[in-house]
Amino acid sequence: MLGRLSWDAIPFNEPIPLVAGAVVVLVILAVLAFITVKGWWPYLWREWLTSVDHKRIGVMYMTLGLVMLLRGYSDAIMMRTQQAIAVGDAQGYLPPDHYDQIFSAHGTIMIFFVAMPLVIGLMNFVVPLQLGVRDVAFPVLNSVSFWLTASGALLINMSLVIGNFARTGWWNYPPLSELAFSPDVGVDYYLWSLQISGIGTLMTGVNFVSTILKLRAPGMTYFRMPVFCWTALASNMLIVAAFPVLTATFAMLLLDRYLGMHFFTNDFGGNQMMYANLFWAWGHPEVYILILPAFGVYSEVIATFSGKGLFSYRSMVLATLGICVLSFMVWLHHFFTMGAGADVNAFFGIMSSIIGVPTGVKIFNWLFTMYRGRIVFTAPVLWSVGFMVTFVIGGLTGVLLAVPPVDFILHNSAFLVAHFHNVIIGGVVFAVFAGYQYWFPKVFGFTLDDRWGKASFWCWLIGFYLAFTPLYILGLMGMTRRLQHIPDPSWQPLLLVAELGAVVIFLGVLCTIVQLYVSIRTREQRRDLTGDPWNGRTLEWSTTSPPPAYNFAVLPSVETIDAFWEMKRRGRTPVEPHYEPIEVPRNSPTGFIIAFFAVVTGFSLIWHIWWLVILGLLAAAITIMAFGWSENREREIAVSEVARVEQARLGARGRA
Amino acid sequence: MTIAETDFVPTDVARGRGGGGPAPTRTVVAYGFWIFLLSDFILFSGLFATYAVLSDQTAGGPTGAELFNLRNVFIETMCLLLSSYSCGIGALAAERRHIDYFYVTAVFTFLLGAAFLFIEFSEFAGMINAGAGPWRSAFLSAFFTLVGTHGAHVTLGLLWFIYMIAQVFVKGLRPHVLRRLLCFSLFWHALDIVWIGVLTLVYLMGAR
Amino acid sequence: MDHDEHVFDDRTPGVEEHEPSASYVSYTVGLALAILATIASFVVSQTNLLWPPGVAVGLLVLAFAQIGVHLVFFLHLGSGSESTNNIVALAYGMWIVFLVIAGSIWIIANLHTNMMDM
Repeated sequence: MLGRLSWDAIPFNEPIPLVAGAVVVLVILAVLAFITVKGWWPYLWREWLTSVDHKRIGVMYMTLGLVMLLRGYSDAIMMRTQQAIAVGDAQGYLPPDHYDQIFSAHGTIMIFFVAMPLVIGLMNFVVPLQLGVRDVAFPVLNSVSFWLTASGALLINMSLVIGNFARTGWWNYPPLSELAFSPDVGVDYYLWSLQISGIGTLMTGVNFVSTILKLRAPGMTYFRMPVFCWTALASNMLIVAAFPVLTATFAMLLLDRYLGMHFFTNDFGGNQMMYANLFWAWGHPEVYILILPAFGVYSEVIATFSGKGLFSYRSMVLATLGICVLSFMVWLHHFFTMGAGADVNAFFGIMSSIIGVPTGVKIFNWLFTMYRGRIVFTAPVLWSVGFMVTFVIGGLTGVLLAVPPVDFILHNSAFLVAHFHNVIIGGVVFAVFAGYQYWFPKVFGFTLDDRWGKASFWCWLIGFYLAFTPLYILGLMGMTRRLQHIPDPSWQPLLLVAELGAVVIFLGVLCTIVQLYVSIRTREQRRDLTGDPWNGRTLEWSTTSPPPAYNFAVLPSVETIDAFWEMKRRGRTPVEPHYEPIEVPRNSPTGFIIAFFAVVTGFSLIWHIWWLVILGLLAAAITIMAFGWSENREREIAVSEVARVEQARLGARGRA
Repeated sequence: MTIAETDFVPTDVARGRGGGGPAPTRTVVAYGFWIFLLSDFILFSGLFATYAVLSDQTAGGPTGAELFNLRNVFIETMCLLLSSYSCGIGALAAERRHIDYFYVTAVFTFLLGAAFLFIEFSEFAGMINAGAGPWRSAFLSAFFTLVGTHGAHVTLGLLWFIYMIAQVFVKGLRPHVLRRLLCFSLFWHALDIVWIGVLTLVYLMGAR
Repeated sequence: MDHDEHVFDDRTPGVEEHEPSASYVSYTVGLALAILATIASFVVSQTNLLWPPGVAVGLLVLAFAQIGVHLVFFLHLGSGSESTNNIVALAYGMWIVFLVIAGSIWIIANLHTNMMDM
C-alpha cells in the first residue's frame, strides 16, 4: 500500500540526522504557524505563490537559494569539523555512512539549489527591466519553473527526515549508484529531485532565450542590450543545450534502477564510462551557466560604480558568445584519468586552456573600465575587486589542471576541491552578493546597510583564503577529496586552518543576516526615492523602486547602449506621455499546483508507491489541461490607474 | 531629473537588427516552442550517443540484424511521413480558416500516427516475447529506450492532438487556438525528423 | 499585443501566414522528395547498388536530405533575413547534437582501445 515506506525510514536510531531533521521540521512548522497566526496566507497566496510577475518570482528564487545556502553551508562546516578532528586514532563524530551522505548532499544542494536559483533569480528580476519590457515571454511557465525547482529542493530536504540521501557524491556515478550497490532510496531521492527541478530549469532556459531574442524595447538592437542581458542569453542557451543531456543520463540510470535495464550496470554489456561522459557533457556547461551571469553582474557593477561605460562592449559580447561555444568542447577534462589516449586527452586539454582566453579578455575589460574612472568603493565594488583577484587565481589553477599529466596527479585531490571552490565562490558567490547589494534597492525600495555589507565581504574573502589555501597545499601533499578519516597526522595543522576559515565564512553569512535585519529596521533612512540610487546606466534604474507591476507605462525608446545614461545625459524636458490600457497576465495557481503534484509523484516514485505515482501524474496532467483550456488569462490596467501610478511616481521623484 | 518616454518611431537603423520592439505573441510563442524542440533534439542526441556506444553490447543475446523487420519499419516510416504531410496540410487549412478541411486532415494525421504506434508496440511486444526485452542486454536497453522515447513522444503528441481538436471544436479557430496548433505541427514535424535519425542509424545501419 | 505589426519582419518556422512559399503545392513537393529519399535509403541499405564500404556515408547523406526536405518544405526554413534567428538557433542545436554524439563515440571508442577487455 505504501510501497517500501515504513516507520524505519525515520532515523530514530541515528542522533545526528534525527536532531537535524527535527530542528528543520520544527523551524518550518514555526514559520507556518507564525504566518497562520498573522493571517498572511491570503496575501502570500495572492501576491507571491500564484504570482507570475518576474519580479516576484526572482525574489522567491533568491529566497530559496539563500535558505538552501544555510543547509549547504551546515553540511560544509560539518565536513570541515570532521576532517579537522578525525586524525590518527580519533574517529571524529561522523561515521562514514553519514559523512558520505553529507558530502553528496553538500555538492548537490550547492550546485542545484543554491547557485542555480540565486543566478536564475537575479536574471529573473533584472533582465526584463533591463530590456525595457513588461515581463518574460512566458510568465506562467516562469512560475511553473520556479515551483518545480522548489519541489526538487523540498524532496532533497525530505531525505534528511524520511529515508536517507545518496552516498555516491554529487555526480552519482555507477556502478555505485546502481541497484546492486545502492539499493536504498538515497540515489532515488537524488535522481527524482534533480529530474523534477531540471524540467523547471529547462523551461527557464526556453523562456529567457525567447525573451531576450524576441522581446526588447523598441530600438534596442542586439548591440544596444546591456551586457548582463548578453550573459543571461548565453547562460540560457547553455541551459537549453546542456540540461537535456542530464535529463537523458538520469533517465537511463533510472531505467536501470526501476526496470532492470543495463545502460551502466556491471553485467550484460553496460558501460559506466558512458555515464561519466554524458554527465560531464552536461556538467561542464553547467559551471558556465553559473559563471556567465556572474560576469554580467560584475560588468554592470563595475561600469556603474566607475561612472564609465564598459570598456570594449563588443569584445565582451564576443567573449561571452565564445565561451558559450567553447564550454561544450572541454568536458573530458573532468575525467582525464579515465583511460583515454593521448590524442583525446591532448585535444581536451588544449581546449580547456583555450577557454581561459575569453575570460582573460573580460578581466582586462573590467580593469580598463575601472582605469581612470571615478570609483565609488561600495560593497558591490569590493565584491567585484575581490572576485577579480580570487577568480584569476582559481582560473590559473584550472589551467594548470587542464594539463593532463598534471591532472593525473591532482585529479580528485584536495587541490581540485580548492580549485573549483575558488572559482565558484570567487566567481559565482561573490557575484550573487554583489548583485544582491546592487539591486536590493530596486527590489525593495531601500538600500542595504553598506558597512555590514563590507563586513560580510571581508569575512568571506579572508575566510575563503583561510579555508582553501590549505587545501591547495594538502592536495599537493597527496590528500584526496572526500576523506572521512585523515590518515596522515601531519595534515592536521592545515586542516585546522581550513576549519578556522570555515568559521570566518560563517561569520560572513551572519553579517549578511544581520545586515538584512539592520537594514529593514533602519529602512526609512535609506529609502530610494528616485529609483536611481547609484546613478545607474541601464533601464531598470529608470523605474521606481520597486517598479510598478507593469514595469513601464510606455515602453522606452532606445537609441544607444546604456540607454538610461543617455536619457539622463540628454535631459529631456518632461512630456505628458500618451497612456494606453496595459494588459498584464493574471496570477495563476498552475505552477504551485503542478509542483505539489510533482512532489507527490516524486516521493511516490522514490518509495515505490505506484498507485500514488499514477494519481500524481494524472493530477498534474489535469492541471495542465485545465490551464490550457482557461480563458481570461490577462487583466487590463485602465488608463486612469496607469496615470495615477505614474503621477505618484513622477511626483515622488520630483520631491527627491 | 525626470525622464520623458517618447512615442516609438522606428528608425531604419533599428529595423533588421532586432530593433523593432517586442515581437507579436504568435512569433514569440512559435520561437519559444522551436527552442524547446531543439532542446528535445539534444535529449535525443544523448540517447543516440548511448545507442551508438552500446549497439554492439549484445551480451550473447540477439543482435539488431536478427530482430529488425525492415518491411514493418518501411510501413512505419511511410505512416509517420504521411501523417506529417497531412498535419502540414491541416495547418494550412486552419490558417485559411477552412475548418472542414482541417477536420478531415486531422483524422488522417491521427490515424496514421496511431498506425505507426500500433506497429511499434507490436514490434516491442514481439521482441519481449522472444526474450529480447530491454533487460536482456545493454544494446537492447539502448534500443528500447531510444525508439521507445520517440514512441512516447508520438503517444503524447496524439493525446495532445485530441485535446487540440476538442479545443478547435469548442472554441473555434481563434488566435490562441491557432498558436497551439502551430506548436503541435512544429512538434509533429520535429518527431518525423527524429524518426529519420532512428530509421537510418538504428534500423538501416543495424540491419546490415 | 495580438495584432501583427508589419514593422516586425520576424518569421518563425511553420508560421504559415508569413510564408508566401507555404502552399499545398510546396507540401506535396516536399512529400514526394521525402518519399524518394526514404525509398533510396532502404535500397542503399538492402542492396549492393552502392559500393558496400560507402553505404554508411550514403545513408547519412540521404538522412540529411530527408531532414533538409522537412526543414525547407514542412517547416519553411528559408534563407531570408527574417529566418536568421531560427537558423542560428537550429545551427547551434545541431552543433551541440554533433558534439554530443561524435564526441561520445570518439571518447568511448578511445577508452575501449586503451583499456583491458572485460
